[in-house]
Amino acid sequence: MLSKRIIPCLDVRAGRTTKGIKFKDNIDIGDPVEMARYYYEEGADEIVFYDITASSDKRDIMIDVVRRVAEEIFIPFSVGGGIRTVEDMRAVLLAGAEKVSVNTAAIQNPEIIPEGAKAFGSQCIVLGMDVKKVGESAKIPSGYEMVIHGGRTYMGIDALWWAKEAENLGAGEICLNSIDADGTQEGYELTLTSLISEAVNIPVIASGGAGKPEHLYDVLSAGKADAALIASMVHYGYYHIKDIKSYLSEKGVKVRLNW
Amino acid sequence: MIAIIDYKAGNLTSVERAVRKLGYPCKVTNKAGDIKSAERIIFPGVGAAGQAMADLKALGLDNLIREAFLGGKPILGICLGTQIIFEYSEENDTTCLGLVPGRVRLFPQPLMEGDTRLKIPHMGWNGMKIVRPHPVFSGVEAGSEFYFVHSYYPVPTDDNYIAGLTGYGLEFASAVAYKNLVALQCHPEKSGRGGLKVLDNFCRWDGYAQ
Repeated sequence: MLSKRIIPCLDVRAGRTTKGIKFKDNIDIGDPVEMARYYYEEGADEIVFYDITASSDKRDIMIDVVRRVAEEIFIPFSVGGGIRTVEDMRAVLLAGAEKVSVNTAAIQNPEIIPEGAKAFGSQCIVLGMDVKKVGESAKIPSGYEMVIHGGRTYMGIDALWWAKEAENLGAGEICLNSIDADGTQEGYELTLTSLISEAVNIPVIASGGAGKPEHLYDVLSAGKADAALIASMVHYGYYHIKDIKSYLSEKGVKVRLNW
Repeated sequence: MIAIIDYKAGNLTSVERAVRKLGYPCKVTNKAGDIKSAERIIFPGVGAAGQAMADLKALGLDNLIREAFLGGKPILGICLGTQIIFEYSEENDTTCLGLVPGRVRLFPQPLMEGDTRLKIPHMGWNGMKIVRPHPVFSGVEAGSEFYFVHSYYPVPTDDNYIAGLTGYGLEFASAVAYKNLVALQCHPEKSGRGGLKVLDNFCRWDGYAQ
């Protein structure tokens, strides 16, 4: 039986993480390679790097980070943020990432999904979705709309429709982020997550809102997610992955306990 | 030297990195000289069976791998590499290398586990029940899980070839051991400590099953 995956997400700007791990002794590790190794040893099932570097001339720094991470950790990891072309994908994958994630670029140019899938295989292509609850309407029948720019720009695209469309285009996985829940640490958007996860036949990673282990239980059971993304709750040392996994396992969720 | 067969099928750098990390000299190659002189061969691959077989033939690698196998060289298949060693794959209706008697089938749809509809591909971490002791699995801790990404699964003709079983709606052969060949449906290079242990074992294995 497949395990539910627990995936820490690291935001990286110009080669440094924006939220370093603060351990009890208050040492702040901002090196993404060190953090990746830390989470690898802590039992992460996968790691997501989100490159928030603004300019493309800094992209080489990220590629170097990917290359160094790939030498240290032997679990899958993905890279997202600013991936606009098949060549961007190629650079990240050749540097050692298992998957690339496209978000804004896929909305603006959906062809990047089949192009990427054809070049590298569907299993490499993750569709990142930033979604806001807007209420049901003729234009947005599911009541959930695609947004970009961190939620400031509404795209007029129904999130449920887009998830299915991306699957048809060849996306291998969806990383579904609720902008409403993101940063609240009050729990994932369960209605949205189960809606999307049940509508597609590819894995869905839930993102946004994780604050305590109960939230992961909720989204991996009622939310029907295949994996859960976590950030602050582990970066700031409130919880450890092994404790989250023990909790989930006791509650009957299948997770990988031996690493 | 360990030859990691390069036939354009996906990203081979992760296999190379893992083998180097373990301290073994290796080379990603499609050159006949390298493959003939290698002490062992890793046959990885990500992608589709039809294209992979076409590329192997175009590069003349099909015969080189067959010769290496018949010559007793230890060979490790990974993921698509594992599927290609069988006689036939339902993916693109492909005649494969035929080193191991058996076929490769698509997961049936809908694939159910109790009341739950399972997604395809089978992507993520899953267990592997070792059903036949083999040097390549020695020292792998019970309960270790491995990383899988695939929509097709191997069905050896003879159950005696099965070394490991994994459940995903149905039980399939996730590890096959046949003569001097071991083939894994999972990605040991992406499967943490347990996966590295399997790779390490393979890199020391003499090619004899017991």
